[in-house]
Formats: sequence, C-alpha cells, structure tokens
Amino acid sequence: MVTAPAEMAPPVSVGARAQRLIRWIAPAAGVVLFVALYLVFKGTDVLPHDDDAAFFRGLNDARDWVDENRNNNPVFLFFLNYIRLFVADLFTVFQSALAGLGWPGLIGVAAGLGWLAGGWRIAAVSVAGFAGIGVLGLWDASVDTLALTLSAVLLSLVVGIPIGVLTGRSPSVRRIVTPVLDVMQIMPTFSYLSPIVLLFLIGPASATLATMIYAIPPAIRITALAIERVPPTVVEASESLGATRWQTMRKVRLPMALNTIALGVNQTIAAALSMVPLVALIAAPGLGVDLIRALAQVNVGAALVPGIGIVLIAIVLDRITRSAAVARAGSRVWRWAGLVVAVVAGLALTPVLSAEFPEQWEIQIVRPINDVVSWIEGNWYVFTGFLNDTVAYGLLNPLQNLLTSAPWWLITLAVLAFAWRISGLRAGLIAAGCLAAIAALSLWEHSMETLTIVLVAAVITIAAGAALGIGAARSRWFAAVLRPVLDAAQTMPSFSYLLPAVALFGNGRFTAIIASVIYAVPVVARLVEDGLRAVPGTVLEAARSAGSTDRQLLWKVQLPMARSSLLLAANQGIVMTLAMVVIGALVGAGALGYDVVAGISQQEDYGKGLAAGVALVLLGIMLDRITQGASGRLNPEKKRIA
Amino acid sequence: MGTAAIEVRGLWKIFGPKADRIIGSPDAELDSAALRAKTGCTAAVRDVSFDVRPGEVFVVMGLSGSGKSTLVRCLTRLIEPTGGDVAIGGEDVRAMSAAQLRELRRHRVSMVFQHFGLLPHRRVLDNVAYGLEIQGVAKAVRHEKARSILSLVGLEGHENSFPDQLSGGMQQRVGLARALAVDPEVLLFDEPFSALDPLIRRDMQAEVIRLHREVGKTMVFITHDLSEALKLGERIAIMRNGSIVQVGTPEELVGAPADDYVADFVRDVPKSHVLSLRWISRQPEEDDPLDGPELPADTVIHDAIPAAMASARPIRVVSDGELVGVVDRVDLLGAVRLGEGADDDHAALAGLPAEEA
Repeated sequence: MVTAPAEMAPPVSVGARAQRLIRWIAPAAGVVLFVALYLVFKGTDVLPHDDDAAFFRGLNDARDWVDENRNNNPVFLFFLNYIRLFVADLFTVFQSALAGLGWPGLIGVAAGLGWLAGGWRIAAVSVAGFAGIGVLGLWDASVDTLALTLSAVLLSLVVGIPIGVLTGRSPSVRRIVTPVLDVMQIMPTFSYLSPIVLLFLIGPASATLATMIYAIPPAIRITALAIERVPPTVVEASESLGATRWQTMRKVRLPMALNTIALGVNQTIAAALSMVPLVALIAAPGLGVDLIRALAQVNVGAALVPGIGIVLIAIVLDRITRSAAVARAGSRVWRWAGLVVAVVAGLALTPVLSAEFPEQWEIQIVRPINDVVSWIEGNWYVFTGFLNDTVAYGLLNPLQNLLTSAPWWLITLAVLAFAWRISGLRAGLIAAGCLAAIAALSLWEHSMETLTIVLVAAVITIAAGAALGIGAARSRWFAAVLRPVLDAAQTMPSFSYLLPAVALFGNGRFTAIIASVIYAVPVVARLVEDGLRAVPGTVLEAARSAGSTDRQLLWKVQLPMARSSLLLAANQGIVMTLAMVVIGALVGAGALGYDVVAGISQQEDYGKGLAAGVALVLLGIMLDRITQGASGRLNPEKKRIA
Repeated sequence: MGTAAIEVRGLWKIFGPKADRIIGSPDAELDSAALRAKTGCTAAVRDVSFDVRPGEVFVVMGLSGSGKSTLVRCLTRLIEPTGGDVAIGGEDVRAMSAAQLRELRRHRVSMVFQHFGLLPHRRVLDNVAYGLEIQGVAKAVRHEKARSILSLVGLEGHENSFPDQLSGGMQQRVGLARALAVDPEVLLFDEPFSALDPLIRRDMQAEVIRLHREVGKTMVFITHDLSEALKLGERIAIMRNGSIVQVGTPEELVGAPADDYVADFVRDVPKSHVLSLRWISRQPEEDDPLDGPELPADTVIHDAIPAAMASARPIRVVSDGELVGVVDRVDLLGAVRLGEGADDDHAALAGLPAEEA
C-alpha cells in the first residue's frame, strides 16, 4: 500500500494507456460476445405473443371472483365501497356546485380568484380563458372536467400536504415515502387504470382516484422540500425563545413554506389535468371523452377542440396558482373586495343571461382545422412520409427485429451487463429482474415493441434536448427565445402534444415518437441548461484566463462539471418518453399501451390489460434504474468505499 | 460559587455515533483528527468549565471551528451536551424536563444570532413580540412591550416594516429587541455582528455597551474578533479545538498570555491601549524624584501619556493610596513601542524597564 505508488510512478504514461485499453476491452468483448450469441441462438426462446396465455386467463378468473364478491366480501363492503361512494359524492358536490353557478357565476368566481391572486392581469386571463371554453362549445364538458380535477386536487392536497410535512420533518418517514413516490412517478399512467377499475368500478370515483395517484407525488414532494428549506437559523431562534414544536410548525415553518407549497398546488393541478383524456377511458365524464373518441377516428379537428379546452383550463388554473405563490405587497382589503365584487357580479348575471352558455356565441372550428390538416396531408406528404419511413425502416424495424428475434435470456443478460457497467451490480440485477418478470407475464414481444419505440424516441429526445440546452446555456439571445417556449410547453397537459403529431404524421408509431420528443425535450433542455449555468462563474473565469477556447470550456469544464445534471436529464428524458409512448397507444402506437386500453374496454382482454399495466411499471423501473445509478457511480465518496 | 449567573462544569459535546462512551475513556485525550479517524466522532466542546458572574459581560473568543457556537448552544440545550453540568441561576439545566427547559428559554435566557433568524413573513413589531406571543401574552400587551423595546434599540418608526426592507444592522437591532422583549436574566450572543459591515459593527458594539449599562443583564458574547472581545468583555475565554485555553480580563490576556497560542493571538494588539500602569511600573531607584504626578495603577498606559508630557518627573503609580511603583517617560515609550508590534517578545515586557535603566 505504501510502496505501490512509488513503484508505479515511473511508467505512468504506459500504465495509463494500458488502463484505458483495459477499460474498453471489457465492453468491446461484451458486444462481440452478444453478437456471437445472437447469431448462434437467433430465433430460439423468443416468446411470441399469445393473446390467450394461461396467465391472462388466470387474471380474468380473479376479476370474475372480485365481480361476484364485490357486495359480500368485507374488504369491499366495509372499506373499498365506502371510498368509492365518498369520492363519487365529492365529485357530484363539485359538479353540482360548479354547474349551479351558471356560466356567468363561474367566470365571476374565476375572475375574482384571479384578482385575489395576481391583480387585473390574472383576472383578465381567467375571464378570457373560461369565456373561450364557452365560445368553443365546451361549457358542459368543461364543468365536468373541472369538477373532476378539483376533487382529485383537493384529495391530493388533503392527503399529500400532511404527508409532505411529515416527510420534510422526519428522516424515517422520508425513507419510506421517497421510494414509493419514485415508483409512482415512474409508473406510466396507463398502468394503474386496470387495477383501479377492478377495485372501484368504472366511473368518476375511479377516475378521481387514478388522477390522484398521478397528482399526489408533486404535492408531497414539494411540501416536503418547502418544509426542509425553512432556514435552520429561524427555527433555532424560535426554539431559543421556548416555542413548542407545534408553535414552531404553525408560526415559523408553515408560513415560511407557504409560497413553495402553493407552487406544489400548481404542479398538482397540472398533473391532474394531464390525466383528463386518460380517465375518459374509464368512463369519466368531461372533455376527455370527445378527445379520445376523435383520436380513435383520426379526426384531428374534433380532437383539437376539447384539447384546446383542457389547455385553456390548464392555463387559467396555472396562472392563478402561480401568482398566488408569489407574495404580493398591497392592500389586503382591496384584493378581497375585488373577489367579492367579481363573484357577486357573476352570480347576479346568471339569472339574467341564463345558466347555459348561449349557443349563438359559439363558433365551429372543427371543419376549418380539418381542412388545414388534409391540406398538410396532401401537400407535405413527401416530407412527412419520408421522415416516417426513414425512422420506421432505418431504426424502428431493425431494432424491433433484433429485440424480438433474440432469445429472451440473451436480452436479459445484455441488460444486466449494460446496467451493471453504467450503474453498478444492484441496478443491473434489478433491471434484469424486471425483464425476467416481464417474460413471466407472457408479454415479452409487446414489451420489446414498446421498448423499441421508447429507445428510439429517447435517443432523439436526449440529442435534441442536449443540443437546445447547450445552445441556451451558451447564447444569451437563444436562451431568451427558448425559455418562454419551454415554460409554455411545460404548462401544457402531456397528451396535447399528440394532436400536432397526429396532424402531421397520421396514426402510428412515429406519431408517438414525435409526441414524446415534444413532451420530453423541454425538460431535458431545461435540465441541461440549468446544469451548465450552475457551473460557478469563478471556475469559468479561471479557465478562460488560462486561455481556453469556447469549445474547450464546454468540453473540459462545463460538461464535466454539469455531469450529474446531464445524467438526471437523460433519466428524466427516458422516463417521460416511456410515459408518452404508452399514451401513444391512443394514436396507433400499439404494443403494451394498446393492451391496457383493450383490457379496459373488452371483458375477455382484462387479464392481458392488467398484465400489460404491470409490464409497463417493470419497464419503467428497469429504464430508471439503468440510468439513475449513473450519477451515483462517480460520486467520489462511493468510489473510495468501493 | 453559588452566586454565579451561569456555572459550567466539565462540559462536553461530541458529535457522532456512541459519543457518550468517549468521555472518560482514553479516546477523550486524542486530538480531533485522531478521534475522528478512530471513532468517527467530532469533539466540538471538550471538558469546558467556567463561571459567569451576574451582570458580567463574558466573551468567548475563538477561530471558526473552535467550538464556541456549539458551547453557547449547549447552555440552553439547543444542542444537547454529551456530558458535564450547566447551571443557570443555580438551577441544573441538564436535569430540566422539556417543559422546564421551555420555561427557561421563554423567560430567563434569550439569544441573538449571527444570521438574525428573523421571520421574513412578519412585521418587525411581530418579530419582536414573537417571544411574548409563544408565551401566550395578549396581543395588545405584547405589542406595547415590543414598541417600547423597539424605541430602546432605536428602531421607532419601523414597526410595520418587513425584515427584508431593513439594512443588516437594523435587522440585528430587531434580533436584539426580540431577545430583550422577554426581559431575560441572561442574553446570549452568537457572533451577532460578524455579518455586518465594520462601521455598522462598531455602532452595534457601542449599542451593546450602552444597553448593558442601561439594563444590566448578564451577557455571554461569542465572537471571533479579538478587538470586539477586548472592547466588550469584562472577562474573555479563549477557545481552541473545543477547549478553553485561558480565561481572564483583557489585561491579563494581553499582559500574561497562558501559552504561545494566546500570545500569537494578542500579538498585534496595541498594548498601550489595554495594559495599565501596574504592568510597567517599577520600584523607584535612588535618584528617582518622588514628587511627580500621581496616577491610579489601573490607568491605561495610553491615558498616562498626557501626564508624562506635562512633567519630566516619573509618574507615581498608586493603588489604594499606597505607592506601588513609578513609571518614567522611557518606560512609557518602551511600552508604546511594544504596542505597535515592534517587539514580538512579550516576555521582554517585564525586563524592559531594567534594560532601559
């Protein structure tokens, strides 16, 4: 130990070169071995898809048992059924209250809340947004969507904020909550529709609960973060004056965390709204119903209108909650007075103007949109068709062919080796375990098809996101242009990216890829840019004063120092891509996503749909583990222990 | 001993796993690096003992990492000590229940923090009233009290501002007012002025001296700034690596440092501003005329210069009416020269008059 460095010291360059060589020999040998094994075993152990697998039939039987015992098994009778009834009632209360306000009343309330949160600008945005919904002929469906969203958000906050506070205060709670939230956020939204329907039947109750599962993680995480971030000096000052724990919580921690928690509310609402079209699959009323039906018919115009409606609701709720999160100076009385005036004015107008939104004010835009879409289809076909075919024949088909024709154990071994190298043995074992479980679910082939689309989309996403992020970090004006676009993109509900993709490329896998790229690129670009910008100015100055060129600065200083942000960006890009590719089943991307949809709509496919949901979770965990460990591996602390 | 405001005996704070087993074991003798390597623990406070007299300003001085901030937090168990005893007003703090401890913090000891620790969402008035609020004092009463304290620290007119609208110095006045509002027996200051500009710092130090004169509280003042310590402290404890190296008056520290570490610390202090005539007076020699001006022995050297200028005869240094020695111009000049750092060897101080003679 003591003499070793002295002995190794002279032949440093030879040693380093040999070491570098050794580092590349192992992966190269791995690739060669993989190719050799593939060529030898190609076509064996391929697990082709079987719609009628014994495993699916078993799940169907389980479903039948639940259906028969729903009203006499005590778990259902005294627990699950009550949850269902309570949530359904909550939805009904919201629905009748919002409908009872009438359209002028609801617009008045929105304007008042906008005024209260952010003054006349936000009030104007609220009025314009909700009036726009009426003009598009979406009023009744929007009220349902709003009622569902609000009940899901209310439940998420009532449950999520206390859990978040506990998580922020107690390390042992955090150790339990964090991995649960991690899995919840990796789970593609489709995967929990089937189990929820099994427990709570189809309808608004299930829809609210499904929305809640997706919307509660940000409420918990951001509350926990807000509580944690309260400066310890202030807490200490409070304790030094003899405050009890509860006094410090109520008078110091919660008030100081309030603005950040409001941001959590904002994120919770955004998440809830992106579930709107998906819960339409389990018979939730609202804007999603028309959207899903139109997507299935590839009627872009008919899908775009409710899509715009959801985006308008999203914008109004986002602006209101976001300005509420910014502390505002000014007279409190004045703000509350504005709220009262707006609400009263709205309610007073309701009997005058009728509760129904007047039909003569509505405009029809479905036909003009469809005209534009068919013009695009007719005239841009050369371009869109070329892109579509290039990706399909050049990337998707060969990769899918490889994944489905190789023996399942070879793919699993390859994933084990790859994950081991990138993220360590533990991640490798988890990833390989996920794949083995997928094989056991009888969904190997469909999973490989989904994986193919995800991989292609992820590569495009990461490349585009990194390019945009680096560009924004290096050029001030590029960042100034890009930032508002990315901000806007992040407010939009996820499925809204499907619509332009469908308009350009029709139905199919490539549409799902385009949609997921548009969905995930803003986040990747943002993380890359933030990571690069977080490199301390003093370090950059030092590198520049040593005579680095811009390119050297980027490759030798900024990118290495932003390593953990870049890896996080890759991880997020892949997880988001998976989520979107699954939703792409709605526009013909097929595979696992389609199995889930079929499982909900057709009795005999239930088992397959449920299994597909599980397979999606397993795919998500696998992709997350492979990429997530990467940031930990170069952690110097860990390295030393290893 | 029973009359002390604060008594600290054998106080230890060790951070890390199984910290309580280290005290009394041979490991306790290890230096910090060796201790951390062997046990994974960090000893922030090591076997510290001292007394603070009622009404005294007691300064704890040390560099960052010396354990002084941990020490002051152990006094009211904001950080739980690992071992040893703390008594405030004769009551054993370590034996107190959670409720008793809260009562102690609410009514008897309050603290001023380096980074102020103000509540950003509350007005200045409500920040100052916070301590009374958590005691359950009615709003009108606590606001009245807070107003009077705010005028005591010179912040009248800022009741309705929010902390972020005030300068750093004013924010710390709010912190000071908050601590004073509960009318405690003891005030603890944890480096309260080190985040402030030098000029503001000087104002605030003057403010603390003034408040001490007016309200006469016992104060424990933590600082890393020697000049601040010398200015405020009636007695100063110097900390290093968790232990107290020396406790004494400013004069004792400067005139007779306990070891090289303290000596190094006080080297650049202008000694003529700290030491009194007692430290440089010598026995009169036969040819010394004894009809020169008379000055008390605790006169600071610097203040003796006018007398020496006025008369060529040696100054007669007296204490309680008795002559303790004489100081002539040469002695004074030698001491002033020392104060400017011309001579590093503090030991020379004692021998200086003889040499010059």
